[in-house]
Amino acid sequence: MEELNNLMHGFSVALTLPNLGFMVLGITLGILIGVLPGLGGANGIAILLPLTFSMDQTSAIIMLSCIYWGALFGGAITSILFNIPGEPWSVATTFDGFPLAQQGRAGAALTAAFTSSFVGAFFAVLLITFLAPLVAKFALKFGAAEMFAVQMLTFCSFVGMSKEPPAKTLAVMALGFALAAVGMDTVTGTLRMTFGTTELLKGFDFLIAVIGLFGIGEILLTMEEGLAFKGKSAKIQLNVVLQTWKELLRYWKTSIRSVLVGCWMGVTPGGATPASFMAYGLARRGAKDKDSFGKGNIEGVVAPETAAHAAGTSALLPMLTLGIPGSPTAAVLLGGLLIWGLQPGPLLFTEKPDFVWGLIASMYLGNIVGLIVVLTTVPWWAAILRIPFSVIGPVIIVICAIGAYTVHSSIFDVVMMLVFGVFGYLFKKLRYPLAPLVLALVLGDMAESSFRQSMLLSQGSLDIFWANPLVAGLMLLSFTMLLWPIVPALKHYLRGRA
Amino acid sequence: MERSEDAAEAGMSNRWPEILVALFLFAIGIIVVNDSIRVGIGWEEGEGPRAGYFPFYIGCILLISSGWILFGALTRFKKAQPQFASWVELKSVMQMLVPLTIYIVAVVYLGIYVSSLVLIAFFMKVHGKFGLIATTLTAVGVPLAAFMLFERWFLVPLPKGPIELMLGF
Amino acid sequence: MTKLGKWAGRALVTAIATIGLTGAANAWEPTKPVEFVVPAGTGGGADQMARFIQGVVAKNKLMAQPLVVVNKSGGAGAEGFLEVKGAKGDPHKIIITLSNLFTTPLATGVPFNWRDLTPGAMLALDQFVLWVNADAPYKTAKEYIDDIKAKPANTFKMAGTGSKQEDQIITAMIDKATGKKMTYVPFKGGGDVAVQLVGGHVNSTVNNPIEAEAHWRGGKLRPLCIMDSEKLPYNEKVTATQAWGDIPTCKSAGVPIEYLMLRGVFLAPGVTQEQVDFYVNLFKKVRETPEWADFMKKGAFKQTFMSGKEFADWVGKSEAMHYGLMKDAGFLAK
Repeated sequence: MEELNNLMHGFSVALTLPNLGFMVLGITLGILIGVLPGLGGANGIAILLPLTFSMDQTSAIIMLSCIYWGALFGGAITSILFNIPGEPWSVATTFDGFPLAQQGRAGAALTAAFTSSFVGAFFAVLLITFLAPLVAKFALKFGAAEMFAVQMLTFCSFVGMSKEPPAKTLAVMALGFALAAVGMDTVTGTLRMTFGTTELLKGFDFLIAVIGLFGIGEILLTMEEGLAFKGKSAKIQLNVVLQTWKELLRYWKTSIRSVLVGCWMGVTPGGATPASFMAYGLARRGAKDKDSFGKGNIEGVVAPETAAHAAGTSALLPMLTLGIPGSPTAAVLLGGLLIWGLQPGPLLFTEKPDFVWGLIASMYLGNIVGLIVVLTTVPWWAAILRIPFSVIGPVIIVICAIGAYTVHSSIFDVVMMLVFGVFGYLFKKLRYPLAPLVLALVLGDMAESSFRQSMLLSQGSLDIFWANPLVAGLMLLSFTMLLWPIVPALKHYLRGRA
Repeated sequence: MERSEDAAEAGMSNRWPEILVALFLFAIGIIVVNDSIRVGIGWEEGEGPRAGYFPFYIGCILLISSGWILFGALTRFKKAQPQFASWVELKSVMQMLVPLTIYIVAVVYLGIYVSSLVLIAFFMKVHGKFGLIATTLTAVGVPLAAFMLFERWFLVPLPKGPIELMLGF
Repeated sequence: MTKLGKWAGRALVTAIATIGLTGAANAWEPTKPVEFVVPAGTGGGADQMARFIQGVVAKNKLMAQPLVVVNKSGGAGAEGFLEVKGAKGDPHKIIITLSNLFTTPLATGVPFNWRDLTPGAMLALDQFVLWVNADAPYKTAKEYIDDIKAKPANTFKMAGTGSKQEDQIITAMIDKATGKKMTYVPFKGGGDVAVQLVGGHVNSTVNNPIEAEAHWRGGKLRPLCIMDSEKLPYNEKVTATQAWGDIPTCKSAGVPIEYLMLRGVFLAPGVTQEQVDFYVNLFKKVRETPEWADFMKKGAFKQTFMSGKEFADWVGKSEAMHYGLMKDAGFLAK
């Protein structure tokens, strides 16, 4: 086991007292970045890069990667407490995490989120440790057609028979795709639906829509519910962690499935956000009590968090071995490596073993340190809900406004946040589902580019989607997923006729 | 969203909100279809779909689905409608929406720090009935913390207005 | 509230005093963090260079105020350019440019021209190399070009960054040289493009050296020729047998293509000469650091430095060249 030896060497490099200190510091900073919407892990890493020049190279990278962990952990906090996704990949966490918090189970939801994140990341690191070269080869198989198939699969596994009126589901989904199309079309360079304005050039950012639809929309709903200006009496139990763990064991199947989805999406690189949606969709399909999803089912927190973390972590693999970042955050980390004269690529593992194995060892350690740090803070986070709404309400608005602004440093986005907020409220009241809109907004642009790149490659022939077993298998799986919900209905219908 | 509906409580019905939202979506559909036709909706031989191909069909789906919703709402126009929200509820929503809108406008012109200070102070004083000290501390503390965190630490410039400019930032 | 008033007053006095003092003592210096706008996404060549400069400036304390990188990639960079164009007279906003300084306004019709900004300095020129997969049978550019000529049009696929930008312009130049059209497939970033080639999904790319260097060293890609008038001056071996300097020019291989990409810095319109001088000096200092030398070597950049009128003239000439190339290729906005 050469890897084990290398890893042990890595631990000896990473496991020094100052390095442990940097880890805790990095995790704490990362959580802060994750909590504040708009500030991504990318911001934190980019801004802290210059500060780390005075440190030893390995320590610096360890601290930076711990910021990355912290941000992954932190994204779940505001999603659960306030329905504001701190990071794009925690949108799916709001679906069940926020209802749980509303029912006074914020502690349980947070514990579930953090623990699942840990599990997801842990397995992804195992993957990086032992299968890096193999996985890197697999990632290379993904051309435009395969990417489209993956996006199709994400979409199909999430979209099911929703309880909302079909016309409304269809309308918001189309709205999401339409918003995603605003801005420059990457394939032909044509400006679409910008109407000569500067503000629309960059299109509608997913995060702005989400902060508005979920965060601001929820504040308006909260006001209506007449809770107005009173704090929630969330019970704070110190043993909430242990109790939740007991419950979590029941969802091992969901965890495994989500780990697989996450690792795969991180490597290909589909990204953490689609991974979280796909895992949530699959968990809902696999569950016996489908209706409890969206109303506060712990499993609905476990699935997206596990997948997002597994994807976020395994996204570092293509970055290290191929130099393609699986996420914007990984992209900045990549920039950091270049400044230190470390060129990510197939040779990084052999040329800089100290660095690579130190980094991998720090992934294990950083993850464990991170879990301990966040779990100890669970009661504190849950306690925030007890602050009266007349204080926390305006503070949330301020945080949302700052978040919306920082995504693109654009004041127009702050105004758009308000518009999305009003629509979030209206849609909720009129039973328009929000999840398909958000998913369409995330996937719309990517899926369209992949599809058209495929068409260019195949000279306009759709055969490219059946051209090899990988892409054909993915497409077949997508259609199965899409048609799956119809099967019981069809059975029912046939039985009725017989 | 299940809420106990107090039949005695008067309020706004779903009729107009439903129609207006559907109309809005329909309007967006028209814009999308229109702009897609401008950039070309064809399928180029050997190259695949043009820039407007997908948005065009997306726009069509939006037109059809919102038209369907609109049609449904209009056929039910005369019938009894479920309640959108009671007047009391709408009043509380407005209590948030109006200051929120003023806040956003203020952010555009005055920057985020001053506006946030006023917003927090307003809510704490008027709705929370907090004392002067608690209100001042929170209202000044939050923007100040944001300033330190974003501008000083993470070096992310936030929108500033004439007052910050006067102070030399 | 009086306390706050007093505090504000004192801060105001201090601020004015600070500005006054520095103004009197020596030349202009930034008084607040400088925004370094990148008109491209995170991870691309311009972004890497900007973040690298940010790091070098911070590490060597070349400036009292921090340099803050802000990505404004919307509309192929138009968002970033328009932002700086709008910041008239603001000396705390600079922008790094790539070829989209010319291509974006020409291809999209967005109302913007480099003359709307104040030229600062050229930092370097980025090279373009014709790459194929290492498993491909072509050992030289000539073999590849001959095969393109021999097969029907659109047999060969070229991946590149963005649409109607430098990569596609070069592809159009190759089309012209061979007389056969290649299929150009746009991707989001240079890293993605290189990986598409490594994965064998396309036949060739025109990646910048830094984007493909790791794959070359790893034996996955092969450089065929470089699009400059002369070979690169870097003779240190990158792979076991080859150095950047060993790559022949495309011209010598029978493809008369020369194309270099500007990596330069512009300031907002309406800034004073003193302020321009500050930044020109800053970048001169950056160029003297050993980190910069390393960075240049790694990315096989052409280390030309220009400022002032010389730089403005160069940009003007380059703009005219882009206009011609894009007109030939039919990329101009209708």
